[in-house]
Amino acid sequence: MALQYMGLNDLSGSLVIIEGMKDIAYDEIVEITVDDGEKRIGRVVELTEEFAVIQVFEGTAGISLTNTITKPTGKPLMLPLSLEILGRKFDGIGHPIDGLGPVYTDKYMDINGKPMNPVSREYPRSFIQTGISAIDGLTTLIKGQKLPIFSGNGMPHDNLAVQIATQSKIAEEEGQEFAIVFGAMGVKHDVANYFISAFERSGAIGHSVMFINTSSDPVVERILTPRCALTAAEYLAFEHNMHVLVILTDITSYCEALREISSSKQEIPSRKGYPGYLYSDLASLYERAGMIKGSSGSVTQIPILTMPNDDITHPIPDLTGYITEGQIVLDRALSQKNIYPPISVLPSLSRLMKDGIGEKYTTADHPEVSNQLFSSYARVQEIRALASVIGEDELSETDKLYMKFGLAFEENFVGQGKDENRSIRQTMEIAWEMLRILPRTELDRISPETLDAHYAQ
Amino acid sequence: MPNRTACIYGINGPVVTVKNAPWLQMLETVYVGHERIIGEVIAVHGDATIIQVYEETSGLRIGEPVTSTGKPMSVTLGPGLIGNIFDGIERPLRSIEEMSGAFISRGLRPDAVDMEKEWDVRMTVREGDQVSPCTVIAELEETSLVKHKVMIPPDVSGVIEKAAADGKYNCKDTIAVVRTELGDKVEIRLVQQWPIRTPRPYRTREAISMPLITGQRIVDVLFPLAKGGTAAIPGGFGTGKTMTQHQLAKWSDADIIIYIGCGERGNEMTEVLEDFTGLIDPKSGQPLMNRTLLIANTSNMPVAAREASIYTGVTLAEYYRDMGYHVAIMADSTSRWAEALREISGRLEEMPAEEGFPAYLPSRLSEFYERAGYVKTLNDREGSVSIIGAVSPQGGDFSEPVTQNTKRFIRCFWGLDKELAYARHYPAINWLSSYSEYVDDLTPWYTENVSEDFIPDRAEVIKILQEESSLMDIVKLIGADVLPEDQRLTLEVARVIRVGFLQQNAYNATDTYVPLNKQYKMLKVILYLYEKCRELVIEQSIPLSQIQKSGIFDRVIKMKYDIENDNLEKFDGIFEEIKQLSF
Repeated sequence: MALQYMGLNDLSGSLVIIEGMKDIAYDEIVEITVDDGEKRIGRVVELTEEFAVIQVFEGTAGISLTNTITKPTGKPLMLPLSLEILGRKFDGIGHPIDGLGPVYTDKYMDINGKPMNPVSREYPRSFIQTGISAIDGLTTLIKGQKLPIFSGNGMPHDNLAVQIATQSKIAEEEGQEFAIVFGAMGVKHDVANYFISAFERSGAIGHSVMFINTSSDPVVERILTPRCALTAAEYLAFEHNMHVLVILTDITSYCEALREISSSKQEIPSRKGYPGYLYSDLASLYERAGMIKGSSGSVTQIPILTMPNDDITHPIPDLTGYITEGQIVLDRALSQKNIYPPISVLPSLSRLMKDGIGEKYTTADHPEVSNQLFSSYARVQEIRALASVIGEDELSETDKLYMKFGLAFEENFVGQGKDENRSIRQTMEIAWEMLRILPRTELDRISPETLDAHYAQ
Repeated sequence: MPNRTACIYGINGPVVTVKNAPWLQMLETVYVGHERIIGEVIAVHGDATIIQVYEETSGLRIGEPVTSTGKPMSVTLGPGLIGNIFDGIERPLRSIEEMSGAFISRGLRPDAVDMEKEWDVRMTVREGDQVSPCTVIAELEETSLVKHKVMIPPDVSGVIEKAAADGKYNCKDTIAVVRTELGDKVEIRLVQQWPIRTPRPYRTREAISMPLITGQRIVDVLFPLAKGGTAAIPGGFGTGKTMTQHQLAKWSDADIIIYIGCGERGNEMTEVLEDFTGLIDPKSGQPLMNRTLLIANTSNMPVAAREASIYTGVTLAEYYRDMGYHVAIMADSTSRWAEALREISGRLEEMPAEEGFPAYLPSRLSEFYERAGYVKTLNDREGSVSIIGAVSPQGGDFSEPVTQNTKRFIRCFWGLDKELAYARHYPAINWLSSYSEYVDDLTPWYTENVSEDFIPDRAEVIKILQEESSLMDIVKLIGADVLPEDQRLTLEVARVIRVGFLQQNAYNATDTYVPLNKQYKMLKVILYLYEKCRELVIEQSIPLSQIQKSGIFDRVIKMKYDIENDNLEKFDGIFEEIKQLSF
């Protein structure tokens, strides 16, 4: 029988302090019973011989210094897991919210996970076809990759995430089971509902698991939501060999929660008040994507973050970009031009695409074509800048063709329908159509042989 | 005092406090908790001693023992290191995989090198020989590329009292016994220990005189790095820091490469492991992994071990330097290391300086970079340690503290540029903001080994690029059409330099590594083209557009692919084509 502790010694924000706790471990979960019988969960965040600092997940409202009984559980936060979780909905700390009762299992996993050994990792190489040209053609998503969407408030990142989730097809082995894990941190109710109904409509709901912490739910739970989601994903991928796509939204709310808690713990802030360990903390989430040798499953992550004030140098997108394997950046100007998806291709990047495209995975001309599109579209930006000074009429003939190419590229290649699912072949055909606008001599990133094969058609 | 124990008083993240343990020394290694996790004493305040712990602390309890070892944080040095992959405190990740599977568990302490493996040892000393620190007493073949030299530890000297015969020995066997002047007997094995925060001693520091040839044109020609030199590669995310580091690790002409993945991505280390095992070193025909040692403390591995990984790497480098090798360290990324310092400093509630970084950041950086150098070792060999540190500035802004302080201690700066990366111009090293202070030191070498023209030609190329940059300011305002013909020619030649010379394709078999003599020939071709076209444009008033139609510029741009690295006679054809240009 574990010891129980009556009352508290201090209360501040979501933190409580209990003096004289014996036999408790750092990071352990405790159960706090408030006098009306309500049970809350807390975690030991700092421990000394004299006192323990406990973070209460459901918040401290209604707690006084005298009305609680605290009981150590002897273990860190564990998530119950079985294949039954598919099709279920949970709150931010893994409690069912769909009225279907608890998950019965004897399999419990620590939500903090353990670092994957770099030696055991399998380097990701397989192409995932999302059916979206700007992604498949230019920032190819690879199985086991972590590729975030950098967006801003009011841009269609949710539509894009749903489109990726419902259209994604792993080219080589379509037979293998595919699951979606959705983690929502501090999202609006409408957004959560949008995802639920979109998954229901497409039939994806049957193979998805949802962890939902809305913006009105306790802030502290938000810290655990992505960890629950990733633990479920690892379980499905590495115990049941499924291909799992994890969508995490919104990383910005997650980081805000981290800052709030850090400041209530009176930690020394670094940039913009975020804690100094923001990088390590984000890495402990993002690095849980990947594949391991000896398992055919994979965890692919698409975190979504809204850049505060559309600023890509803000610490959240900045640190994310340093950890993830590329990024898909949405652009407000394109969005205003009514181009969907408004992917700004130049700052977007997929670090893993170099090894996952080409003859063996997509098409033989893919690497050269994507390289050429980037280079030509970069040139378009320069010419547009020039045109805005001297006027479009003053441009040289070649430059005018670039202007034409730029517009067509944005409208026809980047732009597509919200349900339009293009095969990689179609994407490459549209790319060649765009490149044919330019004179052959301008295509300096493509070899003569490839040009001979495709340019003239 | 070894083996005395104290009790844990407090735990906060990777920082553990004990009370009333005055015997604990600063920077001493301790074992924390029942699982005996490795920790290091980092501060002593009154009766409280503060320990940073190299693994996860979750689950630790108050009152668990903290055992003293009496020794500073050390690494094991011996045969079997090359070709292997370690975490930040030199635990081999392959052994960890065998012990705990694909995910790393806590409290594992495998030996850094295989203690049972038998090596074919050839002794180079006999009984009665006088030995001093670092005297080589035996040799063995560690890999097909590295001959390992067994050395007397730097703190031992005396007379060989007993030496084993040539034969097979493992790392536990004593291969020699040294009687010191005080009469102590010291047993020498194939392995030795050295504290990671203390630089290994050398006889003298020599002047910089040799470049580290990397096969990357922008580096070798425009901003060369010297053997024993230091360089920094700062760049925002997606600008190709890691790609550049990989290219340098693959192709530079160092004898040994130590690649430190410090707080970076796990997949990148997997990629290095896979790539380097498959790639063949162009000079020796052996797998690159046979000269490479990897240290991988990825971003999700414990932060204190990330802080140590840099020192572990440089200590291993110094050990091989002492054998007379030229070692190059790639540290990717030093910013993550600085952040680890910041994180631990924050937990200690130290007063922060700029952006939350501790005030001792610059001194730590300088300590690290100063461990690079070209030296004469204690056994009178010549060896060097070169350090190439990637920097990940926050927001891509080079004015942040890590970049700025790094710039004070390095002499070669390869600034990566976002715009170039966006246009997929790789390597995205900006030729206007980058610099190398080694050019003067290396001029004699280039003059002697490449050509007398090399350094003047390099200056000419930089001049053309500078001119282009100032002309572009005008072009951006009024367009290129209004410029006079000779200035437009400069722009065109600058384009040839940018696309045909500076841009280098890491995925093209010919272009990924280019020998220095080909680089020089390419330089010559471009400058000859410039000279010839100036003559045509200025003296014969041939319009530039007419020369462009001849396709000669594109011909020169494509020469990097068209001319194989071992078929340099083909350059004669291009020279001839340029010579024959007439209208």
